[in-house]
Amino acid sequence: MKYVDEFRDGQLARRIAAAIHDEVGERHYHFMEFCGGHTHAISRYGVQDLLPPNVHMVHGPGCPVCVLPIGRIDQAIRLALERGAIVCAYGDTLRVPASDGLSLAKAKARGGDIRMVYSAADALAVARAHPEREVVFFAIGFETTTPPTALVILEAQREGLPNFSVLCCHVLTPAAITHILQSPEVREFGTVPLDGFIGPAHVSIVIGTEPYEHFSEEYRKPVVIAGFEPLDVMQAILMLVRQVNEGRAQVENEFTRAVTREGNQRAQGIVSQVFELRAQFEWRGLGTVPYSALQIRERFAAFDAERRFGLTYRPVPDNKACECGAILRGVKRPTDCKIFGTVCTPEHPVGSCMVSSEGACAAHYTYGRFRDIPIVHAGAGVEENVS
Amino acid sequence: MCLAIPARVVEKLDGEQAAVDLGGIRKTISTALVPEAQVGDYVIVHVGYALGLLDPEEARQTLAMFAQWQAMGDAQGAP
Amino acid sequence: MTANLPLSTAPVALDAPAADPTRAYSRPLSIRHGRIDAAHGAGGKAAMQLIEELFLAAFDNEALRQGDDGAVLALPAFDPTQGRLVMATDGHVISPLFFPGGDIGSLAVHGTLNDVAMMGAQPLYLSASFILEEGLALADLQRIVYSMGAAARAAGVPIVTGDTKVVERGKGDGVFISTTGVGVLAPGVHISGRNARAGDAILLSGSIGDHGVAVLSQRAGLQFETTIESDSAALHTLVAAMLAAAPGGVHVLRDPTRGGLATTLNEIARQSGVGMVLQEAAIPVKPQVEAACELLGLDPLYVANEGKLVALVAPEVAERVLQAMRAHPLGRDAACIGQVIADPHHFVQMATRFGGRRVVDWLSGEPLPRIC
Repeated sequence: MKYVDEFRDGQLARRIAAAIHDEVGERHYHFMEFCGGHTHAISRYGVQDLLPPNVHMVHGPGCPVCVLPIGRIDQAIRLALERGAIVCAYGDTLRVPASDGLSLAKAKARGGDIRMVYSAADALAVARAHPEREVVFFAIGFETTTPPTALVILEAQREGLPNFSVLCCHVLTPAAITHILQSPEVREFGTVPLDGFIGPAHVSIVIGTEPYEHFSEEYRKPVVIAGFEPLDVMQAILMLVRQVNEGRAQVENEFTRAVTREGNQRAQGIVSQVFELRAQFEWRGLGTVPYSALQIRERFAAFDAERRFGLTYRPVPDNKACECGAILRGVKRPTDCKIFGTVCTPEHPVGSCMVSSEGACAAHYTYGRFRDIPIVHAGAGVEENVS
Repeated sequence: MCLAIPARVVEKLDGEQAAVDLGGIRKTISTALVPEAQVGDYVIVHVGYALGLLDPEEARQTLAMFAQWQAMGDAQGAP
Repeated sequence: MTANLPLSTAPVALDAPAADPTRAYSRPLSIRHGRIDAAHGAGGKAAMQLIEELFLAAFDNEALRQGDDGAVLALPAFDPTQGRLVMATDGHVISPLFFPGGDIGSLAVHGTLNDVAMMGAQPLYLSASFILEEGLALADLQRIVYSMGAAARAAGVPIVTGDTKVVERGKGDGVFISTTGVGVLAPGVHISGRNARAGDAILLSGSIGDHGVAVLSQRAGLQFETTIESDSAALHTLVAAMLAAAPGGVHVLRDPTRGGLATTLNEIARQSGVGMVLQEAAIPVKPQVEAACELLGLDPLYVANEGKLVALVAPEVAERVLQAMRAHPLGRDAACIGQVIADPHHFVQMATRFGGRRVVDWLSGEPLPRIC
């Protein structure tokens, strides 16, 4: 695959790794990769193995499934089980544990008409195919996924579809990063010493690099927007190391092949046509964050599931043993959670960090937990050479 | 929030859609967000929508930047 | 009792010339327009006609022609003190019923043949049981049943007995098929998931993910076009060639179906109490399968295969077995993808193409495509 395979080249990876090894000083570097896609890439390709031991990657809350609060999933489940709506949702959302031992998948087993879709357009197609039923699209995601939702609402309005609405849980990246930088842990207690951020790849295609500029200025933290492939991530780490060494705090763009300073203005325009900011929104693990999420504008009220069904939001606290909140903020690691790998596994996730394969816990469990246990390396007495 | 992949536009279709090719797979996607995409262009596709164009010159330069480390790596030896 | 299946299905005109009332008239099944209804499962005339004109026509063999409740079967020369029987069964509920490279029928035949073959046994006979949903088009059923007949004939393994039942509309997904197979195991063949040993080579017969991607390409809403076909195939002759090349050297055989290669290797690791190290670069994946998985957010290691096998073999015979595989049409792309190590945690590890290392874990739940 062009523009993909070249950016996964192992030879080049070793070279960038050598450069990183050369340039790191004695100190420790803590970088947060905000985006779930980067968490997944780091785990899946074993990027950590190529980094020097004093470079630490902290997994941030850029996994929209992970930050989706239980109360919102409860709303979607109630729409299916109590209001008889067809609820369309992206795949990852289906297994997130919610209240009463339910998830969307379990609600489906109980008779809820819940359908997995790969695209917002699919949900619209379901509405057209079932004019006798209410169809609700459970819209989650950061700025990457928001423009498609805006487009389907506009299309639904153009067609005058009477049975389609959207449960909007779209959230905003810059607000989350600010919240992390402002949280008591970072500023006062210094338990999350963050030296810089790897900025999200595809969110930035939409919003551009400009929104990150005020972090660097105000909080004196470097941000490097990185592409999605492991070589991009490594290059971004190198760029961050250099900024830290040189005392700079700037926004740099590694993903120049797809990201510009302005971003996709057409997409931004479509989004602001359909959505407006919510005064506040609960994020799982981060608490209530002001101006961090979107709601549907008044003129599209007919397509707003919250208004259409008169939904109220009931916050639901997490399981007491679950450390997702701290893990999402980078304050704790998966292995610090008492129930990691025992009670809470991808098979039986207690918290959302374990459900999505980009959640810090699932990524660590699936790809990296062998590092927690001394393992036998293939070299021990057995020939590793395989033809 | 990112599962997005670069794909080559092979045909423009009615209704702000296009057919793209990725590794031999052909898929129909929406170009409503990137209407300027032409046949032969690469777009970044996410949940069935093109989000932006991929700039081949920038891609070349990025890869060239990675490749320059080879010289450094050779000089000092890989870890 | 073989019936000539009328392939042209013009309905009989009601005002046809008066037939001879002393001659019994039998209206043939209308394949083009007919659908399964409750009568077909009731055991009466309609059921009998369905069996004769559809199933017997497709499967035709000596045992079926007897028309009895059970099949009386000959066994090859069988030493009761050393010879052993192998029996395996599989249920098939796949949707859609038809996909590039196969259908539920050929899948049902290949799946059970392969289960028998994975024990190192030579398959001899198959049974097939059908749960038909009211409303299923006879044209579809015929297509499926003929496909099964063709698959069975190509494999040299007849379907000697069967059953059909009909369930109400809405209670079945068109058709569910259950097949059972029996075979014989030669003396001295001991193949089991428990037999892997540290040092064994892990061999894979070909590219992974083809079947899963072919099926997904047919699912509504995904809208991608591909030339990938299911790899559904009967593997027993490949197995026979491998065993002939290295008698005693093949420790484990398994076909990585649901859950994919990753799940199968984890199963074996646990059963045998060993670990494994794989080389990602050695695992064959077709470019289109890789692309489809990228697009959908799936990992080819977890995608189903229906015509591939993994073999864990003693290191000294690995090269010989690999050659035997590559000489067989179903093993052309066979590769050594890793090796078994001693590991009390039974991890399946993988050296990634990128240079790092990761664990290849069990599949958890259903493989849900990522958006992220």
